[in-house]
Amino acid sequence: MKIVVCVKQIQNPEIPSAQFRIDEQAKVLIPVSGLQPVLSPFDEQAVEAALRIRDSLGEDADVEITIVTIASKASRAPIKAALALGADNAVLLSDSVFDGSGGYVTARNLAEAIRTIGDVDLILTGRQAADGDAGVVGLGIAEILDIPAITFARDVRINDGVVTVQRVLQDGIETVEADLPALVTISNELGKVRHASMRETMRAAKKPVNEWMPDDIGLDETQVGSTAMRYKLERLYIPVNDIECEFIGGDTPADIAAALAQHMREAKLI
Amino acid sequence: MTDNNNGVLVVVEVSESQPIDLGLEMLALARYLTDSMGGIVTAVAFGTGMETTGETLIAHGADQVLINDNSIFANFHAEAWLPDLSKIIAEVAPAIVLIGHSESGTDLAPRLAFRLDVDVATGCESIEVMNGQPHMTRSCFGGLAREVVTFTKTPTLATVRSKSQQALPPMMERSGEIKHVDSILDENSIRTRVVNRETEKADGVKMESAKIVIGGGLGLGGPEGFKTLNEIAELVDGAVGASRAACDLDWCPRSYQIGLSGRTVAPELYIAVGISGASHHMAGCGNSKTIVSVNSDPNAEIFKSSRFGIVGNSQEIMPALAEEIRKLKA
Repeated sequence: MKIVVCVKQIQNPEIPSAQFRIDEQAKVLIPVSGLQPVLSPFDEQAVEAALRIRDSLGEDADVEITIVTIASKASRAPIKAALALGADNAVLLSDSVFDGSGGYVTARNLAEAIRTIGDVDLILTGRQAADGDAGVVGLGIAEILDIPAITFARDVRINDGVVTVQRVLQDGIETVEADLPALVTISNELGKVRHASMRETMRAAKKPVNEWMPDDIGLDETQVGSTAMRYKLERLYIPVNDIECEFIGGDTPADIAAALAQHMREAKLI
Repeated sequence: MTDNNNGVLVVVEVSESQPIDLGLEMLALARYLTDSMGGIVTAVAFGTGMETTGETLIAHGADQVLINDNSIFANFHAEAWLPDLSKIIAEVAPAIVLIGHSESGTDLAPRLAFRLDVDVATGCESIEVMNGQPHMTRSCFGGLAREVVTFTKTPTLATVRSKSQQALPPMMERSGEIKHVDSILDENSIRTRVVNRETEKADGVKMESAKIVIGGGLGLGGPEGFKTLNEIAELVDGAVGASRAACDLDWCPRSYQIGLSGRTVAPELYIAVGISGASHHMAGCGNSKTIVSVNSDPNAEIFKSSRFGIVGNSQEIMPALAEEIRKLKA
């Protein structure tokens, strides 16, 4: 059984907001120097979902997990991290023309890479990347490949060629199933991801990482980069916050609470 | 192929045969957009038992309402909606299609985009027409930044964040046309099967419509902290929410989660208790009118968005606040 996990590498989203900078002229993020890129957290959980499926199906199922990502050669660390967690191999769409073309083109490029891999049973992606926050690519891949897609999974199981997914709803849980091949997007409710073992980390260095160019997946120049893009980034900026916080103090918790309640009453909130 | 130019089409979600607030909010945005670029506002509603839905939508700004009443649409199911919705969009040929940035909308819109072969701007906070072209402003980088995007192909497809717009007051004298459409859905084309749905009925006031929302985070120290928040919420007719971190630790039901991957609230008063103010949380409460925060860390991010701040131990202050409100109410 073949599982593909599509991942994106991004600047660590947990940095303090004071370090977050934008170049408004160039409309790009200014990377924090010395900071290694990481797997987008939802994508890391998609890797975990794939590993859990392999664990539950056992050795006989012969599960092969392939990581697919778009990244120029800048950093291999996030891919190595995914391989160290237990993925078997990786495909890197490594031409710089693949970079930064938005969800529409990214989905098309990833879908072609998955077609080229061939006979993929299950595709997993994060529910959205933690930089663009769009949530478009996963569903886009499924539409392009014309396979069923199930979103916002907290649990994914495979049984006899059927994927069963518990979806997180605002007011509950929904169980949805589909025949393979299918695509599932993973939400943070999947829970904790495992840590790489020393043994897997050592093995990861020897795992195959294939670098593919547009030619390798049958794309011509009209299907990649800015020529294929359907959107234009007009502006990128950090919103200004001009609220001044008035601190309420007091000697005891009761004093502070009384002052707060008073403010709430003055504002006619209670 | 000619460009779509027939105004704005709004996909309105219906719950218990009435449009949800977000649908009405989007109708106001659609009216605003057609004022500057022309065309009509078309509302599309899928569901069942929608006897008065059409009138409500017209009163809130629709010129034309297309009702697709079918028992299969009683619960949202993206695959079931797509064939009919694609056909309606092809027929109406709107310049802009608006879908709610809700649980259903985020599942539906990207699929629809690829069926229409266009891009989609998800989670938009505002849309302005400049030089005849819709400019969408949306949050990115977990709420830390905003981007403004335009598209090179019509229709422009966007999902709109709840509470980013204000619904128009209903005008019962507005006129418009209500049409019933026949579904072209071939049920055999649906490949995903819903085998079970377990809903937790939330007690008390609904978070999205509450005037006061109290959000709890890691600073509460454990699930007991939420008991006090619930007590206070009950006293002030408010609702309780939470940060993702608190939900991930199971200190409260998952349905409490406010933020980028949770719910969006914009109450008169948001009380953030033990919440650091991570941008992905602020994405769900940043539009609140007044934010009051209680945090033990004087440098917590949350104070930068707060009108009033209290530096202290929430586990001591919140029970005291409950007591104080009880006194005021007595």
